[in-house]
Amino acid sequence: MRRRVVRVLPAFVLASVLIGAWELYVELSGVEADVLPAPHAIAVELWNSAHVLWRNFSVTAEEVVLGLGLALVSGFALAVAIHLSPLLRRAVYPLAVGSQALPIPLIGVLLVFWWGFGIFPKLVVVALICFFPVLVTTVDGLAAVDPDQPKLLRTLDASRWQAFRLAELPAALPAALSGARIALAVGVIGAFIAETTTPTTGAYPGLGRQIIAEINAFNTTRAYAATVVLFAFAIACFYALSVAERRLAPWSVQTRGETP
Amino acid sequence: MNLWGNAREGSEVPSDLQSRPQPTTRRRIAAEEIVLEDVSFAFPGRGRSVQALDGLSLRAAHGELLAVVGPSGCGKSTLLELLCGLRTPDRGSIACPPAVLMPQRDLLLPWLSALDNAGLALRIAGFSRAQARARAGELFAELGLEGFERARPHELSGGMRQRVAFLRTLLSGKQVLCLDEPFGALDAITRGEMQEWLAGTLVREPRTVVLVTHDVEEAILLADRVVVLSPRPGLAVAQLEVELERPRGRTDTDVTALRELALDALAGGGRG
Repeated sequence: MRRRVVRVLPAFVLASVLIGAWELYVELSGVEADVLPAPHAIAVELWNSAHVLWRNFSVTAEEVVLGLGLALVSGFALAVAIHLSPLLRRAVYPLAVGSQALPIPLIGVLLVFWWGFGIFPKLVVVALICFFPVLVTTVDGLAAVDPDQPKLLRTLDASRWQAFRLAELPAALPAALSGARIALAVGVIGAFIAETTTPTTGAYPGLGRQIIAEINAFNTTRAYAATVVLFAFAIACFYALSVAERRLAPWSVQTRGETP
Repeated sequence: MNLWGNAREGSEVPSDLQSRPQPTTRRRIAAEEIVLEDVSFAFPGRGRSVQALDGLSLRAAHGELLAVVGPSGCGKSTLLELLCGLRTPDRGSIACPPAVLMPQRDLLLPWLSALDNAGLALRIAGFSRAQARARAGELFAELGLEGFERARPHELSGGMRQRVAFLRTLLSGKQVLCLDEPFGALDAITRGEMQEWLAGTLVREPRTVVLVTHDVEEAILLADRVVVLSPRPGLAVAQLEVELERPRGRTDTDVTALRELALDALAGGGRG
């Protein structure tokens, strides 16, 4: 317990200093609340709008978690396919890189045309933004196996599939998880983009759409309150993934040292 | 329990071992030799290929420990890969019973315990995790690894890791062990201990061993016969029979005399 306190203390102190400086800046500069609300006003807004923020948050959280899941599965599967087939590598890699240049609003319309106003088009947008880091890190992880390892396994009579399952797949897992962390960092903003580019019919459209609506209605304080929720969610996801990594690839955590 | 009791009394195969499921083939009792005749191998390179071995001939009798010494880059590792069937020679013929490679680096899988690493070949052969663990566990105590069953490779010392890697090689059930500088990365004291350990282990569990090393002393301490290779392309420039009693001490006069002979051969090969 004490160790845990010591570990979160630096982040807590830094956040306090930054929030204090922000409060002081708003107080002294006289910037209007429509432009930059004071932290204490945001805190009050968080409390007052807790219900609507929570409902929108649960929509966004679902998009992030499921979209990331889709990105992890597709990124990992594509990486394995690319690893096993040089032909696929040459065919798919350039397109995967190119896909990252797609302006999401352009295809948002098409996704809605295909799949309607439900959650699925949003998951596709999140996955499209997030799969790339998973793909690249996993491909590199799979290729980073010691070149003597396959030789050793062959003399132990391992089949190609056994060599893959015993050596390459576990070796790539830490790299894939690093990719997942990068994906997660962009996943939350990915959900924001998804919500703002594909319309929805739900009663609660998600935090992204809410933020845009609040900005347009000059409710800047509430837009900031919603942003604080996204901010906290991104941090929580990151740590959840670190916990998952400790379970999935304990050897990597042990040899590398503690995760942030 | 003493797995090696029968072997010590001189019977050919420890009955204890024979009664257990063997991963690939059963231990071969028939005398099978390793015979290389006029073997050449070149690595294809950009523009010019690199000749690793050029007309190498050698033999190793069943149960013999053949040490191959030579300067760096004389094709020693290539020789082992040829024996293991990982490469095919450009020219010449190779007859070799099923062989298993122990590369220079231990290549233990970091996500498996020492026990699971040792039993890797059994898992590959289709045995259950429990069966592989039971079989590897029996040998752990015999090979001085008791108490480290659950340790991950990064928690083991260099010498321990090599022991686990050797046990993994042994449990492949193959007759020929190809050891590629197994102790090259260890400090002098650990290397000495491991050489004694290997000699002792091979008495208990006789196999045909091809030991590649750049350490002439190691070769003479362990081997029945030492082949000295010339620099690339590798050719056998000397073959020394080491008919000395075991255990051998590194300061025994016979050992030092043979060492001088081998070093002379190495130096001669370097000039030629």
